[in-house]
This record gives sequence, C-alpha cells and structure tokens, in this order.
Amino acid sequence: MSRCSNLVDVGRRHFLRGGSVAVAGLATAVLPVGGAKAAPANAQINYPSNRLANVSDLTVNEPMDIEYPDADSPGALIKLGQAIEGGAGPDGDIVAFSTLCPHKGWQLAYDSKDSTFNCPGHFSRFDVEAGGQQVWGHATQNLPQYTLRVDDNGDIYAEGASDLIFGRPSNVL
Amino acid sequence: MAYKRQIDRLPIPPKDAKVHNVTCHYCIVGCGYKAYTWDRNKQGTPTENAFGIDLSKQQGADGTWMAPSMYNVVKQDGKDVHLAVMPDHDCVVNSGLGSIRGARMAENRPSTVTGTQQQRLRDPMMWRYGVLQPTSWDDALDLVAQVTARVVTEGSEDDLVVSMFDHGGSAGGYENTWGTGKLYFESMKVKNCRIHNRPAYNSEVHSTRDMGVGELNYQYKDYELTDTIMIVGANPLETQTNLFLNHMVPGMRNGAKVIFVEPRRTVSVNAAEVAAGKDNVLHLQINAGTDMALFNALLTEIVAKGWVDKDFIANSTFQDGIAQAQDAGHPAALGSIEEAMKSCTMSLSEAAGICGVDAADIAKAAAWIAEPKDGARRKCVTAYEKGIIWGNDNYRTIGALVNIALATGNVGREGGGVCRLGGHQEGYYRPSDAHVGRPATYVDQLLINGGGKVHHVWACDHYKTTLNASQFKRIHKKRSDMVKEAMDAAAGGTREDLVNAIVGAVNKGGLFVVDVDIINSQIGQNAHVVLAACESNEMNLTSMNGERRLRLSEKYMDPFGNSKPDCLIAAGIAQNMERVLKAMGKADYAAQFQGYDWSTEEDAFMDGYNKGNPEVTYDRLRQMGNNGVQEPVVGFENGKLVGVERLYSNGEFGTGDKKARFCAAGWRGWQAEGKAEEQAKYKYWINNGRANIFWQNQFLDQDNDFIQDRFPFPFIEMNPADMADIGAGPGDLVEIHNANGATQAMVYPTPTARRGETLMVFGSPAGSQGNVINPGVNELVLPDYKHTWADIRKISDAPATVKAISFKSKEYKSV
Repeated sequence: MSRCSNLVDVGRRHFLRGGSVAVAGLATAVLPVGGAKAAPANAQINYPSNRLANVSDLTVNEPMDIEYPDADSPGALIKLGQAIEGGAGPDGDIVAFSTLCPHKGWQLAYDSKDSTFNCPGHFSRFDVEAGGQQVWGHATQNLPQYTLRVDDNGDIYAEGASDLIFGRPSNVL
Repeated sequence: MAYKRQIDRLPIPPKDAKVHNVTCHYCIVGCGYKAYTWDRNKQGTPTENAFGIDLSKQQGADGTWMAPSMYNVVKQDGKDVHLAVMPDHDCVVNSGLGSIRGARMAENRPSTVTGTQQQRLRDPMMWRYGVLQPTSWDDALDLVAQVTARVVTEGSEDDLVVSMFDHGGSAGGYENTWGTGKLYFESMKVKNCRIHNRPAYNSEVHSTRDMGVGELNYQYKDYELTDTIMIVGANPLETQTNLFLNHMVPGMRNGAKVIFVEPRRTVSVNAAEVAAGKDNVLHLQINAGTDMALFNALLTEIVAKGWVDKDFIANSTFQDGIAQAQDAGHPAALGSIEEAMKSCTMSLSEAAGICGVDAADIAKAAAWIAEPKDGARRKCVTAYEKGIIWGNDNYRTIGALVNIALATGNVGREGGGVCRLGGHQEGYYRPSDAHVGRPATYVDQLLINGGGKVHHVWACDHYKTTLNASQFKRIHKKRSDMVKEAMDAAAGGTREDLVNAIVGAVNKGGLFVVDVDIINSQIGQNAHVVLAACESNEMNLTSMNGERRLRLSEKYMDPFGNSKPDCLIAAGIAQNMERVLKAMGKADYAAQFQGYDWSTEEDAFMDGYNKGNPEVTYDRLRQMGNNGVQEPVVGFENGKLVGVERLYSNGEFGTGDKKARFCAAGWRGWQAEGKAEEQAKYKYWINNGRANIFWQNQFLDQDNDFIQDRFPFPFIEMNPADMADIGAGPGDLVEIHNANGATQAMVYPTPTARRGETLMVFGSPAGSQGNVINPGVNELVLPDYKHTWADIRKISDAPATVKAISFKSKEYKSV
C-alpha cells in the first residue's frame, strides 16, 4: 500500500511542478477522467503573455526598461520611429530585446545615435534596426528578440523570444 | 531580419556526465574548454547537474551558461551522445571567456542527428567515371602508393611535391606533424614542400630566430605586468581575442600605455582607447610597408637618449662586429649593436617623411618604450603578426623590431618579450628539414612552371591561401585535368592499367594530386585521391599555444564516418609504400618505410615527441589539465610536469655562443619584386585582414547559418568617399582587378578607412584575395601578401541575401 501511495505522490508533484506550463490551459480545457495523472511536457515551452507598456508610453529612440519573461531577465522596448521588418504596433516600428549580452551576460547599453546595444564588458555590438544582429562581437547568436502583440488599446504584450536568453537553460525558468 | 536560432530550451548535463579537457583548436591562444558528454536518454535537473549550480535561477554576468552553439549530439564509441563544450573558468588562458569561434566548437562538430557539418568527409574517395567516388582505405592508399612509388623511383623524390601544415591545433599538432614529417623527411627526403599558408617550406620569422630570439618567448601574464604594450601589424581583439580581453585589457587597466603600429584603425585600437584611456594610446598610422623605417628611427632615438640597457647588451648580446654576414640565406648581416647601427640609423624627420607620421609621435613612442621609469628599466612587451610577417622586407623588418627589444633589455624579463602573436597553435615535431635548404624552393612557381609529378596536399587549400592564386589555380587545374582524362580513358582496366595511365599523363606534364583534408576543399576539386582526415577531439591531440603552453586536447567523439587522424593516414601511406616498393624489387628503399606500426595517435606521439621529451606522456598531460605546462618541459616533480615561464630569463640566447645578435636592418623601400610598380599603377591599396567571426575556421562556416547571415560574401572595407567614386553603396558587390587577376567582395562602408586604402578579408571560400596578389616574395620566399594594389569596379547591387544585414561601424561605443 505504502508503495502505491508514494507513486500517487510522485505523480502529484510532477503535475504541480508543471503547473506554470499547464495553468493557462486549465480554464478552458475539459479535464479527462483521472485528471490527477501527470500531464506530458509540451514540446516547446509556453511563454507568459506580459503587458510591457502602452504605445502612448513610448518616445521614439528612447528605450524603456522591461522585464521578460520574468523579473530576473532585463530587456528593452524601443519605438524606432520608422517601420522595420519584425516591428510591431500601428507604425510597425516597435521592437523589444533582452539586454543581457549573449556572450557573458553583461548588461548592454543603448547608443541612441546609431541604434545599437553595446557591451561594456567585451566590446560586442548589436543592431536594433537589423533584428538584433551582432554587428561585431563574441556572442554566438544574435540578441534575443521578443515576440510582440499590440492590442486595440495600444497595450504591448511580449509573448515569446527568438533565442535563448543568457544565464538560463530555458527561457522560462 | 537577422538569423534567429528559435531555441528556447536546452538539455541539462547530468551530474555524472563525462568531462574532457579541450583546448580550442582554432587560434593560437588555445583557450581552455570543458566538454561534457552524456547518454542520449539521460538528463540533469536544475539542481542536480554537471555544473554544480542552481540552474533554476538566472545566472549573473560571467556566470556559467550553455549557449545553443555549445551543444550538439555526436557519436561516441558508436553511440549518439549529448555534447556540451563550454569555456573553462579555471583555465588561466581565458578564465571562462569564450570566443565567437571556440564557443561554437560543439555546433561545428559533424552530427548525423542534428545535421551539422555534413560537408565533412566520411570516406576516402577516388576519381572514377568522371567524379570522385567513395572507396575503401585499402583501395585509396594502394593507388597513392603505386603512383608515388613509380614516380619517385623512375625519377626522384624531387618529383614529389608536398604541401603540408606545420602547426598545432585542428588537424595539426605533435602527432600529425610527426606522422607527416617522418614520412617525408625521414623515410624520404622531400625538398619540394611547402606550408599551408605560404609557397615554400620556411620560417615566417627567420631573422628573430637567427638573432637567437625564439618568437614565442614570454608568458601572457607579461601583458598584465608591463608598462607599455606595443602592437605591430596585428589586430589581437579579433585574432587573439581572449589574449586581448583576459591579459592585455587587464594590463591596460593596470596603467600600461599602448602603442599600435598599423596603417588602419582596427577594433583593437578602439577597444584599447576605451580600456586604457585615449591619452594612453598612441596609434602610429604609418604608410603601407614602412614599419622598418619607423623601428630604425625608434632605435636611433633610444640609443641617442641613452635609454639602452647597457648591462644587458654587454652581457647577453654579441660584441665583436659581424657574427653572420649578409648572404643568400641571410638578407641582412647580424652582429653587435654598433654594427647594426651602421645600417639602422635613421633620424626622426627622415622616418616621419617615409612613414607619414609626426616626428614628435615617433619620439613619444620611443619614450613610452624605453625611457627609464622611476630609475629602472621601463617594461615593454612587443607583439607582432601578419602586418610585418606578410609585409614588406620580412627578414629585416622583424629584425629591426627585435633590435628594439634587445637594446632595451626587454626579452626574458617580467613585463617584456618580443613575440609574434601567431595564427594556429604550434605543434611542430619533425625530423630535420635541413635538406630542404635555405632559401627553400618556391613550390608554387615550381608547379606553375611544370615541375613535380605527384602532389600530396595535407590540409592546405592554395585556392584560398596563396599568392598569385589566379595563375596557380589555372595551371594546377590544367595539369590535374590531364591525369583525370587519362584515368577516365583507363576506366574498366586493371590497377596496373590505371597506374600506367596516370604515370603516362604525369610524364607528359600532368599532376597526380592526393588531397588529405577534413572537408572537400577547393584545391580538392583537382584531386584524384581524397583521404578523409579527422581533427582534434575526434582524436587526442597535443599542441602548444602562444606562450608555449602544452595541453592534451582529449578525444570525446568518434572520427566522422571512416575518417582517420592524419598521423595514421601518413602511416598508412608508408606501409603501402613499403609493400609496393618490395613488390617492385626495391627492398632497401622499402625498408625506409618501416616503423609505422601505430594503431593510435598516442603511438605516433610516443614515437615522435616523447622520444625527444621523455617526461611528457598523455597520462601526465591529462593530469595537468587545461593549464598544461609551458614548454620546454624541464622535469617531472611531485607528480607534475615542470615547464618554463619565460625563455632566456638567464640572459642566454639561442645561438651557438648564447649571445643574441642585432640585425643590420638597412631600409631599402619596397623589397619584393613588382610592388613599387603596382602601387604607382593602381588606385587602391588592397590590404587584407581577418574577422573574429570566422578567423581560422571560415571553411567550416560555409554552411553555418549564423555566420553566413552576418557575412554572406567576403567583405571589403572602403571609405564612403571611395565608394561614391565607383558608385557603390553598402553591400554592393565589387570586382577587384589588376594584372594578376580578379576577385569579388561585398562593400562594407568604413569611415575610418583612409582614402585609397581598403581591407579585404583573407582566405574566404567565396572570394580569394590571393587572386590579385603578385608573386613577389623576399629572398627566403616569404610572401608579401599585404601589399597589393588594384582597381575596383561595381559589378552588382547588393543581392537579396545582403539586404537585411547591418553595415554599422564595428567599433564599440561607450554610452
């Protein structure tokens, strides 16, 4: 008997641990009979949909500090002033990036003169107008860019990331 | 839009993952990495993992992080395993820093699971039925031996031309230089040979060696302990990245001043200005090819001011006039400082005129190098590389630079040293090459002029890395095509028929080409037999870095397909030569090919390097880990190999009498043939350089999406006003053309480039800068790759692949 109980406990713990992934679906999903069974892990992680700002909060070429997907992951939201491939919002010019350098995790600084992020640690540079492409540097990927959705009220939501964020094995910890 | 990896999660190595020592095999710095491998069906957890850290928390700056490029799935002992290759925080070379090259080692491994590096060769191949067909090792090696044995016995070993790497790391290293060296320099005495990046078998730094000063004489820590860092013809932030970041920058932050001698403004100059402060950086932006005049003026000024180290000169340098007269093997006389000054003396104003820099700045540089500080020797460490190695008058220019270090006593002492920065790691252990002679054969010209009948090529691609490449390629192809046609005509016949057909074709001017490489290279298109090699970590490999730090980079995966270590391929050729020669009735000659009964690379190591360095074994090197031991190894004590931090610290140098020599480096303008005429004739200087993103591994990145997304074409940096002159915008394709040939590149606008001075990336598979370089070399057949002039015309608007890429300045801006 005790062995059987332990197995149930293991299942519950797994289910709860997966809660942050599963919880968004709970409201609409019809739980199958025997719903205490462990849910299989998803093939890709589910990102939170976080409101970052309203379009009206942004000034052209002045990055706004953001945190996404959680408070430990600093980023920047920028309205560039001209439409750009991958840009969101009514003018197609809003972009958001992680601001941890994907080389060694130093905090990047924004140079508004040429719309680049610059790393004071090891001199790497990333071009905000070219999808976060590393202009020159040591990182082995471009700057993680966040997937943005802007609703009818002008509220800007981040809902995904293009690349792994420095310092974590999974973008959602 | 930029390339996105679309990866948001990676496997976690479990606590019991196997850990292997890895030395990065790309550049000479040789950063330490750890490779973790673990079973496909196992994984760690955020709290229980191989790194011993809590991965459920965001790691801070400089923390441990596996980037997607550090991960792959590879074969180990025949099974698919997870692989993570991560920079080692405990390695004193890089202290946890990874470069854009080394941190991609994992993704640049061949994988049948993730599909990376499918260009890697799996099997030997042979020219059959009009194409290269995969075949067995026995079949391929038999044909190589049959043809080679026939040609060298019917003619002589001079009919065998060999192009072979001489370096460490990658597919080089002590194992593989020994395997190839034993074959060509012991079993045979091949003299028509050349090295991977130049057209002869010679040193790139003959003069400093002749002066008694080996070119890697310091330790990297000297940059942290010095008063002045002098960097000549080099761009270390790009090409020795973690030497710059982990040793030079700390030196600058400790107050070191920095002198750059360099015609262009590089990212290294910019970063030094950030790290040291602009007032502590002096960039002597000299005219092309005038380095020697500058060095001579610096030496003259230092002598005139009395800033020389009199005791050092008296005790450690030659005193009695000329020690070595100028002759065919020595493009300058060597001897005492007084003797050298007869040739080297040059006033500040004369040098200022030649070099195009202010006399006051030359005087300032001399003070930064040599003016005593607090009554003591000013420590100055000098670093140089291709700007003068592949520059004007190699022998004398390097000699003139080493003169300054000797005059100021800055060799073998803390914070000193006069060293080349280097390209690959080193890893040279071969029988004597004395039979090659000096000057060595200009092998490319020999082949162009119809010399040689068999060409063995080991990890060299002359198509991308030689001078006068347009002509070389045309003729090499034509000669090898003659053999291909003969082989096609002999299809269906016996092996004897085939060998007869090949030998017949080479006797009519054809060339039988055997290419040993890890990928199908461009010169490999001309090959009749291709032998599939593997590289470090697919085999165990020993090499030393730019401060002579010897490490064992451990095997953590299987060679791809049926590929093999070069040393074992060389052994296979030798064994087949022995068999074939015996069958030909040449027993004595056959016996010279004995002694290759190696079953592993360790056997080759023990047969070569270990015989000269009996203290050094794989087991002991494994124990020394990623910090290894600095060569020369002088003992084994308390379970550790004992090395040497700096060479010449006892004041004794590498000459017969232990006294260093000065070089009588008299300035003579352009030394190599045709340079002055070319400069006068064409509008643009086509300098060449490297880019950190694919330096040393561009051939491996031909299909890498991250790299190709950034630079889909080789770039040429041009001043925007020069671009306007030819009607070219950013990303447009241009043709660079002169009487030597033509090549193409993508324009990268560079406001800091001086008018008429461009820089094209070297060694690109998609546009060889060597096509436009003339055949001019120095007396010892060192190429002057750096000095080429040409005209430039636009050939295309920026192609679609170029539209989305960034053309912003590569220089970091502090905000």
